[in-house]
Amino acid sequence: MEHTIDIVENPFSKANNTKGKAIKETAVVGITQIAVILIIAILFVILGIIIYQGRDKFSWEFISSFPTDGMTKGGIFPALIGTFILVIVMSIAAVPFGTITAIYLTEYAHEKSKFAAAVRFSIRTLAVVPSIIFGLFGLGFFIQFVGTGMDSAFNGGELHWGQPNILWASLTMALLTLPVIIVSVEEALKTIPRELREASLALGATKWQTIKKVVFPGSISGIMTGTILAVSRGAGEVAPILFTGAAYYLATLPGSLSDQFMNLGYHVYIMSTQSSDVEKTMPIQFATTLVLLILTLSLNLVAVVIRSRIRRKAK
Amino acid sequence: MNSPLPKKETFTKESLKKQFRLSEFLAEKIISSVAFLSIAIIFLIFIFVFKESLPLFSFGDKAKAKTEIQTTTGAEVETYGAETSTEESEPETYGAPAESLEPESYGTTTEDLNPVVEETTEPETYGTVTEDLNPDSASEEVVAIDDKVTGNKEGADKTWSTFFSTEWVPVSDNPRFGLIALLIGTLKVTIIAMLIAGPLAILAAVYTSCFASNRRKEIIKPIIEMLAAFPSVVIGFFAMMVLATFFQDVFGYDSRLNAFIGGVAMALAAIPIIYTISEDALSAVPKTYTEASLALGASKAQTAFSVILPAATPGIFAALLLGVGRVFGETMIALMATGNAALLSANPFESVRTFAATIGSEMAETVFGETHYSVLFFIGSLLFIFSFILNAVAEFYVKGKLIKKFQGK
Repeated sequence: MEHTIDIVENPFSKANNTKGKAIKETAVVGITQIAVILIIAILFVILGIIIYQGRDKFSWEFISSFPTDGMTKGGIFPALIGTFILVIVMSIAAVPFGTITAIYLTEYAHEKSKFAAAVRFSIRTLAVVPSIIFGLFGLGFFIQFVGTGMDSAFNGGELHWGQPNILWASLTMALLTLPVIIVSVEEALKTIPRELREASLALGATKWQTIKKVVFPGSISGIMTGTILAVSRGAGEVAPILFTGAAYYLATLPGSLSDQFMNLGYHVYIMSTQSSDVEKTMPIQFATTLVLLILTLSLNLVAVVIRSRIRRKAK
Repeated sequence: MNSPLPKKETFTKESLKKQFRLSEFLAEKIISSVAFLSIAIIFLIFIFVFKESLPLFSFGDKAKAKTEIQTTTGAEVETYGAETSTEESEPETYGAPAESLEPESYGTTTEDLNPVVEETTEPETYGTVTEDLNPDSASEEVVAIDDKVTGNKEGADKTWSTFFSTEWVPVSDNPRFGLIALLIGTLKVTIIAMLIAGPLAILAAVYTSCFASNRRKEIIKPIIEMLAAFPSVVIGFFAMMVLATFFQDVFGYDSRLNAFIGGVAMALAAIPIIYTISEDALSAVPKTYTEASLALGASKAQTAFSVILPAATPGIFAALLLGVGRVFGETMIALMATGNAALLSANPFESVRTFAATIGSEMAETVFGETHYSVLFFIGSLLFIFSFILNAVAEFYVKGKLIKKFQGK
């Protein structure tokens, strides 16, 4: 008896599936659809406005000339070069480190190893630590501790390394982008078929030889994706370099690693908040933002394409 | 490199045994020690960020004494010395408290610490004379009037007691480090951002994983993830230049940059994180759940919202936690779009100052070793601990729950 009542009251049953239900169904799906459309629309609105506002000023001359007239005119050449140097030094530091860590995690770590779990947890933590904390760490560790230590050891206490510069900014940024590289390389390493490794080992190769000749070549694309994503991230982040090396304005390009540098993101920040005449420099700000966006988005796009290729290959 | 294959040899047990190779051994050790570095970095970050805030906790630190000299001018140091000598010349009169006021510890106590000892003992012993005996009095002669008004506050306990006050005035003769004001500002922005980002991102994730066709999925996912590639300084700039003006025109409030604008901008930064993780969580729900629900006659929407979404709750919870972590520590957007005034009000359309923005904007102006400098690092350690805990909860609690759920325990 009870069973039949159950069936009648079952909201899923066909008897109850009236027209109102169908409308409700479309409404629910529609709401989720609106959320997606809204997010994508916002994204394109941001892109559109920045392109629209920045397009006038955006030119080769803008990219290749120095700022003039107290940064109210001229281009962003030193900021662009500063950003390039930053990401290059950063990659040199972060890529080998990240690759080796990823190789450890996929090749050496046992599945239930506590150590590997701790490494993974640290990497994920590193990925969620606010970027400003990296800036503080760079200041407290690289500049105050390592830099000052180097000065007192080599320069007799003369201030040379114990102040903000490209090297410390790049190393700080390297720590920030490390998780990006590790995750990408790990993903690529996982797509290398187990059989390849086994075949190599069965032929008498040692583990290290297998990694060197089989695993590593297979992970090149992953390392590339990781590097590109890291560069894209590093080019856009400002908080970590606020007090580890970015400069407001420099008349010359940085000549050595112990110089300060200008940076695109930092340039946008100071131009829009600390400039003497924010209204007047508006086109420069939008154009600088546009350059920064083009840089980060195109790098990201390349990484996405390479990654999807890796995934397709894996299938 | 290639070891010669054992030719013409018979494979004995001995020859098949794993040989010790130095290069192998070294490679493994080097690789695992590099991996260890990432654990070390986490510890180093905490140690070095916290280390710089240590002067706030230490009582007899020499660095502190130095700071004192730095902050007081030359002339004041002289009077300071003179006063200490008068005190020393009259040790009988002051009895026990003189011990705690030894010249060495003097400089230290002035700055911040010993709140309990000084505040409770001194007024009793000296009554009205307190002002002269203040460790700070030398430098405070200028500020004296100010201090009388605020009720003879001891310089010693200032930093700590002001942590719980509501005013953030780090650079003044009478600095106040009211973390409460910053905390409320940060919470306000975080709540606004999460109220916008949470529902939007989760609904979008539901659409992508439950309703969208495969082809659409492949277009939508990369586009939304592209939002994550937007540097936060770009989002901040956009919010400051475009959104702020737009919303002011719509709502007509007074301060152009405020908590609401900051919250909207931070929502843009948090959406891709929440979206990606909840989408993963929703897709990880076993297909059997969906099939069972559909087979029972439930519609797609019913399946999505009463079967898949509840099953993925822990994962979505994790996504929201990480979203909060992102917003809480976001610096550039807060710096550019929130107005940066530490006001204490519940009105979302007033300027706020967040923790991260405070560090970002004030660190450059502080002097190494100053109280202000230490306080900023202290805020940094708080932020670090907070994001660490958020991540740990998201990782262990949520993962444990998910595994239990899907294994049907």
